[in-house]
Amino acid sequence: MVRSGTLILSVAARLLLPLQLLFSLFLLLRGHDEPGGGFIAGLVASGAFALYLFAYGGRAMHAMLKVSPRDLIGAGLTLGVLSTLPAWWQGEPFFTAQWWTIPVIDFKASTPLLFDIGVYLVVLGSVLTAITALVDTDREDDA
Amino acid sequence: MQLAVLGGFVVAGMAPLLHRWFGDRTPLVLALLPASLAAWLLGQWPTVAAGEVLLLEWVWVPGLDITLSFLIDGLAWLFAMLITVIGSLVLVYTGDYLRGHRDLPRFLVVIVAFMMSMLGLVLADNLVTLFVFWELTSITSFLLIGFNHGDLSARKAAQQGLYITVGGGLALLAGFVMLAMAGDSWSLAELTTRGDALRGHELYLPLLACLLIGAFTKSAQFPFHFWLPNAMAAPTPVSAYLHSATMVKAGIYLLARLHPALGGTDAWMLSLSLVGAMTMATGAFLAIHHTNVKKLLAYSTVMALGTLTLLLGLGTPGALVAFVAFLLAHSLYKGALFLVAGILDHETGTKDVTHMGGLRHVMPCTAAVAAVAALSLAGMPPLLGFVGKELLLESALAAERYRIVIIVLTFVASFLTLAVAAIVALRPFFGPVRRTPRSPHEAPLGMLVGPALLAALSLIFGLAPGWLDGFVAVTVGGIGAVDHDVHLSLWHGINLPLVMSLASLMLGLAVWRRWDHLRAHLARLRPLMARGPEAGYEALMAGLVTVAEWQTRMLQNGHIRNYLIVTLLTLLGLVGHALFIRHAPSLEVPLDLYLHEAMVAGLMVAGAVAACVMRSRLAAVAAVGIMGFSIALVFVLFSAPDLAITQLLVETLTVILLVLVLFRLPRFATLSTPTERARDLIVAGLSGIMVTLLMLSVLAGERLPRISDYLVANSQPQGHGHNIVNVILVDFRALDTLGEMFVLALAAVGVLAMLRFHAEEEDAGRTPARERDDG
Repeated sequence: MVRSGTLILSVAARLLLPLQLLFSLFLLLRGHDEPGGGFIAGLVASGAFALYLFAYGGRAMHAMLKVSPRDLIGAGLTLGVLSTLPAWWQGEPFFTAQWWTIPVIDFKASTPLLFDIGVYLVVLGSVLTAITALVDTDREDDA
Repeated sequence: MQLAVLGGFVVAGMAPLLHRWFGDRTPLVLALLPASLAAWLLGQWPTVAAGEVLLLEWVWVPGLDITLSFLIDGLAWLFAMLITVIGSLVLVYTGDYLRGHRDLPRFLVVIVAFMMSMLGLVLADNLVTLFVFWELTSITSFLLIGFNHGDLSARKAAQQGLYITVGGGLALLAGFVMLAMAGDSWSLAELTTRGDALRGHELYLPLLACLLIGAFTKSAQFPFHFWLPNAMAAPTPVSAYLHSATMVKAGIYLLARLHPALGGTDAWMLSLSLVGAMTMATGAFLAIHHTNVKKLLAYSTVMALGTLTLLLGLGTPGALVAFVAFLLAHSLYKGALFLVAGILDHETGTKDVTHMGGLRHVMPCTAAVAAVAALSLAGMPPLLGFVGKELLLESALAAERYRIVIIVLTFVASFLTLAVAAIVALRPFFGPVRRTPRSPHEAPLGMLVGPALLAALSLIFGLAPGWLDGFVAVTVGGIGAVDHDVHLSLWHGINLPLVMSLASLMLGLAVWRRWDHLRAHLARLRPLMARGPEAGYEALMAGLVTVAEWQTRMLQNGHIRNYLIVTLLTLLGLVGHALFIRHAPSLEVPLDLYLHEAMVAGLMVAGAVAACVMRSRLAAVAAVGIMGFSIALVFVLFSAPDLAITQLLVETLTVILLVLVLFRLPRFATLSTPTERARDLIVAGLSGIMVTLLMLSVLAGERLPRISDYLVANSQPQGHGHNIVNVILVDFRALDTLGEMFVLALAAVGVLAMLRFHAEEEDAGRTPARERDDG
């Protein structure tokens, strides 16, 4: 059912994808102080890939994404669990947030940020898994 | 000691590695572990003999009053010695019994782990620690019974043993909790000093009942006795070790340990002595039905366990002395006999005593060992078994209540046991030589050492029972008869117990001579036997499966409508109960609405109604979309930008998913009857009303301080973020979020699995002849 769309959709998807992904990263990073965060950013990124998928089909999207959406879920969960561990090194209870400032660029790294990236990946992976599963079954039906 | 026990588990885990280095000698290497523990225990003997209680403190969870402290007194010392000494002998024996077996490493892992669990069980001072080790012995026992997991009967026996002992374990846990409440302590050392307070406590009867169920299931007391003979599906070293010498005595140990705290009441005395006597007679009676040597021994173990319970129930100092003597005697001779049974099985290839004969010519050493051990089992002088049996008969004669019942049952058990001993020791070794599946040889040295040593100890202690006086006195002191003068001896003069022994000797020999005829007669009882407690167990398990099937069909029937109704009705019931019964719902409706707020609310209602009445799917989706976007609007109006953004994005993605799904659905059709729709309307309406009332009540009276104040105040200083929603998600409540991440991931995997497998099934259905692989 999902095949190459109209010219307008194709061009728009190609132009919008990098912009949307950049926007999602922006939302992810600013999330701790302004509206945004991993969940919202993950949804925006999923929307971007879904648009690309509608324009160019599932195979093109997989080629674009390079990794399987299921691997994204795994990576996200791993990151989420990993972010709970540094507190143990400090002798603090499990999951206590840790903050470090990276000196040169004055960037505040932290376990909550790591955790938020995990959320981002899980959301993106889950939505894409569901969408590609639906699209793949469609293709089998067509064949 | 704690380190040794915990380290023992690590050693158990390393068994496969050791097996790579030492090959078939691994069991011998592992036997060093219990042997060194036994040596350490021997070193503690002077302290224990002085009547001191060794308390090894070890803090575990201080906040919950849980410690890993070990307690070594006479009773614990006796059991720990039995576990370590018999444990090392069994490991040596295993080296030859399972030589070259493919799964030897696995066996060693589990049996060493069991050994450590059992040691932890008898040494633990804390109830929680004891319970943990208790359950560990059940689990390792399950793994050992099911060692030959290719065999269906072994698997069934393993399951049966697990369900019964773990089911009893649940009762035990409840009993422990009540015990700790009543005694105001989790420490056994303290509880045993609070006997009077415990016996007078209002929880005494329920806690006693729970503890007894736990102990009776573990120690195979009537009516739970049937799992033990079935557990004989395990390899013989396991039967010798777990199912005769140690694990089945865990229940007995617990009863003995709690005797000073709970014993002495009518309830204790009656339940223990009657159940014990019943078990004793049942075990002895069922034993002579069987020709399988392991089953014979297993039923005689049931009988012995019953005896021990009976003696604890009688509870007089004399009975407690008999308890210790009988316990020691039984561990020695029954361990030896089981190991001999393993030798017979190993060498002849059969377990049926009627298929063996004349083996004394080829295996004289085994025959000698079997003879000594069987004499002890039969209670013949000059063996320790005789001392134990005389004391048992004496205690039974001195019983205060139900004396006749107890004496008769004891007598019956005693002559049937004698018959069992004769069958096990005489049948295979004497008489004409019979052909067996394998041609037998004398057992290898490793398999003879264990039984020979145990039998020798039976003989030595029998000849010089006085050596045990000090030891028995200390142990009895731990059970509750402090400062009791103990004199064990072979010759008590001509008295009633001796006369009874002689009578039981005559009757026992008569049973042995007529055994083959007797079995033929007993076979007629089979239909009656089939209605025993085991049938009850089978019926219970079958019933459980039926109920599970029924409730799965009811609740998990695959119709999403049913799931929704069940979920909503449960929610209605629980929330409604809390709202109407525990709090009064508020009906105050604040009506200071702005016009635009009212308009958004109207939009939502319109969307909801439209979605229900639309006749086209696409229109219904659009109507639901209206609702979703109105909700986003509400979030905007109440300045919650994060929620609004999320809501909008979710709505957008929902549209994408729905478009993909809608395409696959069949044409719109009305499948439900008007009644069903009316029911759905009622459920939906009630849910709506409930949520509305809940919101109103929450708004009307703020019963608790707002958590949001705390979050607003602490978001920046503690969470280093200005966006409170995000700080809550990734910092304050990050554990919840982590859980939700897993839920989301599982949901995605679920969608994938459902779609994939469904597609594959359709594929297979459409072209059944085609191979999956070439597609």
